[in-house]
Amino acid sequence: MVIRSGKFKANAREALADPQLQRAMSNVGVGFVQKRRMAMDKLPEFDALRDQARDIKNHTFQYLDLYYEEYEKKVREAGGHVHFAPTDGDARDIILDICRNAGAHSVTKGKSMIAEEIAINDHLEENGIKPIETDLGEYIIQLRGEAPSHIIAPAIHLNKDQVEASFREAHTGLDENRNLDEPESLVAEARSMLREAFLNADVGITGANFLIAETGTSVIVTNEGNGDLTQSLPRVHIVITSLEKMVPTLEDATAILRVLARTATGQEMAVYNTFSTGPRREGDPDGPEEYHVVVLDNGRSSMIGTEFQDMLRCIRCGACMNHCPVYQSVGGHAYGWVYPGPMGSVLSPSLIGVDKAGHLPNASTFCGRCEAVCPMRIPLPKMMRHWREREFERHLSPFSVRSGLGFWKFFATRPRLYNFTAAVAMPVLAALAGAKGYLKALPLATGWTHYRNLPAPEGRTFQQQWRDHLAGVDE
Amino acid sequence: MTIPTHQASADKPHVGLFVTCLVDLMRPVIGFATVDLIEKSGCRVSVPEMQTCCGQPAFNSGDRAGTKRLARQVIAAFDEFDYVVAPSGSCAGMLKAHYGELFADEPGMSDTVKSFCDKTFELVSFLVDIRGMTEVAAEFRGKVTYHDSCAGLRELGIQAQPRALLKSVAGLEISEMQDPDVCCGFGGTFCVKYGDISNAIVEKKTANIDASGAEVLLAGDLGCLMNMAGKLSREGRSVEVRHVSEVLAGMTDGPAIGAKRT
Ligand code: SF4
Repeated sequence: MVIRSGKFKANAREALADPQLQRAMSNVGVGFVQKRRMAMDKLPEFDALRDQARDIKNHTFQYLDLYYEEYEKKVREAGGHVHFAPTDGDARDIILDICRNAGAHSVTKGKSMIAEEIAINDHLEENGIKPIETDLGEYIIQLRGEAPSHIIAPAIHLNKDQVEASFREAHTGLDENRNLDEPESLVAEARSMLREAFLNADVGITGANFLIAETGTSVIVTNEGNGDLTQSLPRVHIVITSLEKMVPTLEDATAILRVLARTATGQEMAVYNTFSTGPRREGDPDGPEEYHVVVLDNGRSSMIGTEFQDMLRCIRCGACMNHCPVYQSVGGHAYGWVYPGPMGSVLSPSLIGVDKAGHLPNASTFCGRCEAVCPMRIPLPKMMRHWREREFERHLSPFSVRSGLGFWKFFATRPRLYNFTAAVAMPVLAALAGAKGYLKALPLATGWTHYRNLPAPEGRTFQQQWRDHLAGVDE
Repeated sequence: MTIPTHQASADKPHVGLFVTCLVDLMRPVIGFATVDLIEKSGCRVSVPEMQTCCGQPAFNSGDRAGTKRLARQVIAAFDEFDYVVAPSGSCAGMLKAHYGELFADEPGMSDTVKSFCDKTFELVSFLVDIRGMTEVAAEFRGKVTYHDSCAGLRELGIQAQPRALLKSVAGLEISEMQDPDVCCGFGGTFCVKYGDISNAIVEKKTANIDASGAEVLLAGDLGCLMNMAGKLSREGRSVEVRHVSEVLAGMTDGPAIGAKRT
């Protein structure tokens, strides 16, 4: 995927001027937020569960090498294969190899953000293998040649009529007068298109929400059941996942499952929570003949032990973006790479470099709502600030920021000069505004006055008035 | 140099007012309202002259060294006080919640910083949580709506306290807006660095304010208030905007934020 994070400002401007997108985004801050709230209210011990979930992950990272070893051993014992992929390129090569060895022509895919991160679809296609997305949202954006704009609702940037238009364009040979007014009819049409894909696929690729060390199990959490068909019908099942999905035990996985669906969609549990251990055993009614797990690192192991380690706890629930005023305004594509919203603003610089993703940790009001809702208690604003510090140290911050800051610091660290200057400047500003009480435009403050009036200062500063007040009292 | 006030009385707790740079420069009446309320809560107040800013602009721009320099200056200026009180959730949050983190790598500073953080409070939470204030004697006729500024709400847990005191103001009626706890889009330098996004956020806010039917918007942070006042005024909406302390102290005779002067 081409990285467009460096153009965040321009991307955001476009997004704000796109009425279709604005219409689609207007629901994000309502639906998801209310559903989560209702789920929270029903479970008073939710905060204790969050602590537990956080502790499980922190513990796992401390012994990640041991748990990884254990996991690999268990997968092997169950007849499966684990492939470690240090980089996205390695992961692509490994997956292509497996597909080629399987003589694959077509591949079905469940929803996976790691698959997006390594851009596996493009790679397979370039090599003559057809990937077909089976998650409804992913299927829609694949038809449209778009990237996901949300980590659990990839097509959230679209309105129903846009989906209908895409279906009419792509599904040729159907009755042109068919009724696609209802969401149900769109779902039914996608289903019928996908039925054949499921049956013809040689390989099925899914993601994983968890890897369980004690049993060598991978877990997927979905609401459509497409993941189950993707992984059980084809001859070969590939799980594409990443290092930090590891948890020690089955019990740990279920503990985190209790917070996942509630914060993501407000459900107590997602509809399908599927646990897979190895390929089909003798006597199993179904399942793949081969079971491969590709575990991507791509910079994650080097986050361990740094101020960014906490980010690895992320379970991709999407709550931080659902509650983010910036995400709600500009949508996911503006962030310019795979991971949008607050979690992306922290994670992307780790994965693709702060030089490419530097805008993202800056584009936050630090309102803190993301941290307040994060089920894994990830201090997202604090970590965005850490990125800003890294940028500042490396002199990557824009000149305007550095010079403005230098100017401000000069005064702020000289209280007497500051008081003197303020005492001169504020009455001038007040006089400029006159009886109106505000300024419509002010040189050097156009960033402010372009959109809002600037309320005028009272005139004399507090420090000045306070001195007079004390002098009056003394008399 | 610290100048004692006429309320000086040795047995009362001594509060150092951290007036915040915005209040100092833009709206001194908030400073006077703050002094008045702190005195009514049974404390004496002084205003150290050696104060400027809490350091948030540097802190949030990633300039850790610059922030520390300023933080040392602030901590020293308020050394002698029993309490430090600021009429702003975000500045108080900076002093109380972030100074500790800032000096985490300097074990030699930890006691000094900890005692500074422990004695620092945002105005309304100081009045209610520390001084046990349950009501004020003020009067204010009209329907108000209260915006929860982010740092005060999420870093310091300020939500019930201002509403409790407002309810005691004679003649005042609270009409909650939708999503009072959602950011107004100010975000310090964010509002100029990402002006168009900030604008999209504040537009939603002003629509909610308007829909609440309130005549007056109150909040505890002047940055947010100026942002919302500036937008309301640009949109031609007639809502009056004030800092919560002005109403609680009964100092509402002067023009509201960004309003006409008579
Ligand atoms: S950072 Fe937290 S809230 Fe955001 S997706 Fe990850 S787990 Fe969910």
